[in-house]
Amino acid sequence: MAAKAHILIRKGRVIDPATGRDEVADLLIENGRLTRIGASLDAPGADIIEADGHWVLPGLVDACVHLSLPGSGRTGDIASETRAAAAGGITHMAAQPDCGPVDSTAVVRLIREQAGQAGFARILPIAAMTQGLKGEQLAEMATLAKAGCIAVGNAGGKVADALVLKRCLEYAATFDMPVMFRPQDAALSAGGCAHEGPVATRLGLPGIPALAESVDLSRDLLLVEATGVRAHFQQISSRESLRLLRAAKKRGLPVTADVSIQHLLLDESALEGFNSHCHVIPPLRSSEDREALLEAVADGTIDAICSQHTPIGSSSKAAPFPATKPGMAGVDTLLSLVLGLVDEGKLDLARALDAITAAPARCLGIQAGQLETGRPASLCVLDAAAEKDYGENWLSAGSNSPWRRSVLKGSVKLTVCQGKVSWLTD
Amino acid sequence: MTLAPSSRVQLTEDGKLRHFLTTEHLPRSLLEDILDTAASFVDVGGRSIKKVPLLRGKTVVNLFFESSTRTRSTFELAAQRLSADVLNLDIAKSATSKGETLLDTLRNLEAMAADMFVVRHQDSGAPFFIANEVTPNVAVINAGDGRHAHPTQAMLDMYTIRHYKGGFEGLKVAIVGDILHSRVARSQVHALNTLGAEEVRLIGPKTLLPVDAEALGATVFTDMAHGLKDVDVVIMLRLQKERMDSALLPSEGEFFRLYGLNNEKLQYAKEDAIVMHPGPINRGVEIASEVADGPRSVILNQVTFGIAVRMAVMSMAISGQDSAPAGGAHGS
Repeated sequence: MAAKAHILIRKGRVIDPATGRDEVADLLIENGRLTRIGASLDAPGADIIEADGHWVLPGLVDACVHLSLPGSGRTGDIASETRAAAAGGITHMAAQPDCGPVDSTAVVRLIREQAGQAGFARILPIAAMTQGLKGEQLAEMATLAKAGCIAVGNAGGKVADALVLKRCLEYAATFDMPVMFRPQDAALSAGGCAHEGPVATRLGLPGIPALAESVDLSRDLLLVEATGVRAHFQQISSRESLRLLRAAKKRGLPVTADVSIQHLLLDESALEGFNSHCHVIPPLRSSEDREALLEAVADGTIDAICSQHTPIGSSSKAAPFPATKPGMAGVDTLLSLVLGLVDEGKLDLARALDAITAAPARCLGIQAGQLETGRPASLCVLDAAAEKDYGENWLSAGSNSPWRRSVLKGSVKLTVCQGKVSWLTD
Repeated sequence: MTLAPSSRVQLTEDGKLRHFLTTEHLPRSLLEDILDTAASFVDVGGRSIKKVPLLRGKTVVNLFFESSTRTRSTFELAAQRLSADVLNLDIAKSATSKGETLLDTLRNLEAMAADMFVVRHQDSGAPFFIANEVTPNVAVINAGDGRHAHPTQAMLDMYTIRHYKGGFEGLKVAIVGDILHSRVARSQVHALNTLGAEEVRLIGPKTLLPVDAEALGATVFTDMAHGLKDVDVVIMLRLQKERMDSALLPSEGEFFRLYGLNNEKLQYAKEDAIVMHPGPINRGVEIASEVADGPRSVILNQVTFGIAVRMAVMSMAISGQDSAPAGGAHGS
């Protein structure tokens, strides 16, 4: 999209969780940089965006998306999914290494090129920690970091061997690369497709116990402590995990964590009737887990809320529940759903917005998610009161979401990603 | 996709059966209807001409994604006695193994103007998927899906219990063995509770009991002495040999010592307790021959009733489906 030279966003309610700013103000973007935030700014020749009654927020940072590269088994492509993200106010997204996989500079280059050409959002690739995500040999982490990866991780592929994992962490710590963990013990979760609990028992679905997560997490935490690596735990889903994370943070370990939005809104009861749109990994857990996760976001034990965006073609969801591919498309609705939690009184506005802007940027160790003058502008303008009908305005190529046909509050009018307009409604 | 509770999928708007997928959430009156209708069919098997014309001109397709000779034969016989045309498809050996998806297979069969699918599938929920999303205007009968449900087996067990005990009020029923993997047990618990049994008990070692087994609507026991005390009905489940390989049990011998039903353990139950088993039985693993062939055993009668119960369910679902307005995912 063509970069406009100067953009003046007028009279919006500017909310910047990183600095605590929440006031009506103007913002001026000059040559792609956010230059001024203040009252009654004047900028002759600038395009004017009237934001009276709207909110101006930092561009959202999504700490976990699964990319649609050929061979990934997902639908859409980088252009379609980043455009959907831009329409949802997202400007930065950390991509899991499970496409490709991301264990060579060629794959990193491909991702960056495609994202660059599309221009809708900045993709921050996470490098595979082991070759082919097999959990056996170290990937070339330093080379991959130089190619543009912001962290290393092993996505769903487990590093079963504790010695290999310890060496991965030591090697990552050598280059101060954050490590992304997705705790789930392979043996305890083998063959499972639903939370091991009363609903899975009744529906006869093979279970994944909450223990699969906490057993793995406890091992990871001990190794993180021993190696001193910076660690981020993704898609936390259970109460036991929260207890472990609280204790770890209290001991001063360099750990952060995120939760996916669907785990804050849905629980195991969503599986009634074998609704395959609710087949996700980690599985939707009990309502007690869901309440505990909300409290953990509120008190900061969980730093960030992510979409865990996984666009899947309809044929992969049109099968008996256990045979469907797990995952939910989520970039379209992340912001609206988070605001819904604020409306319900589950989260206060500042913490909720922090959890999708500054906090995930901190977790990923990147400079983003706040309204900093002097830097390339990444922000969005939101009509928080407007209702958006996703039946007509869904952009992801993946229709695999229970909110695919919902009407939700919150409609993004403008997104600017690194100085360029990536989304604009009339 | 809507979150349809199981009862809404199975019933027409005026409460008639149109698919039979699970015993859960069905009204008591409907389960009793099935038993009463089955009673009227039990005689058919004794006649010299064993046919009634209720399904004449209808096509029943047996879709077995998991092989099963016994269950398929009883469904086939039931359909034939209702005068239906029957097509047996052993899918495990045909189209889907050539890469055709379940969805495509079903669309093709629907185009052949099938009136009923009898489905057995290894994945829990498969018949729901078919009834909900693929062919809502073809009656779907669940002949066993994953660990989820086996409702015709459960109903023939209910028929057997009612036959020998006269009804369900005040009955205590124990189900013993591999509850974790048993679709039969799940369907039995729901049916027993709906029909008014006093107590349903599940007995097994913790490795073979599902988490939150109480959520099914049962009391859970881990030993036979307490679990069988004063029960009216003992239902033994088949133990699959592969359970030893997956570290769920140490050996068949230890399982038999602890949970196998012999005359000694049967003493815990009421004097007039009956013993049931969905078959095929493993003698000396979950049940001793002295019990299986003994006076309390009603195992062979179960098989006879099975055909009548399946005839009942098939005729009721076809009639419900015929009375329902065409509609659903892609109404024809």
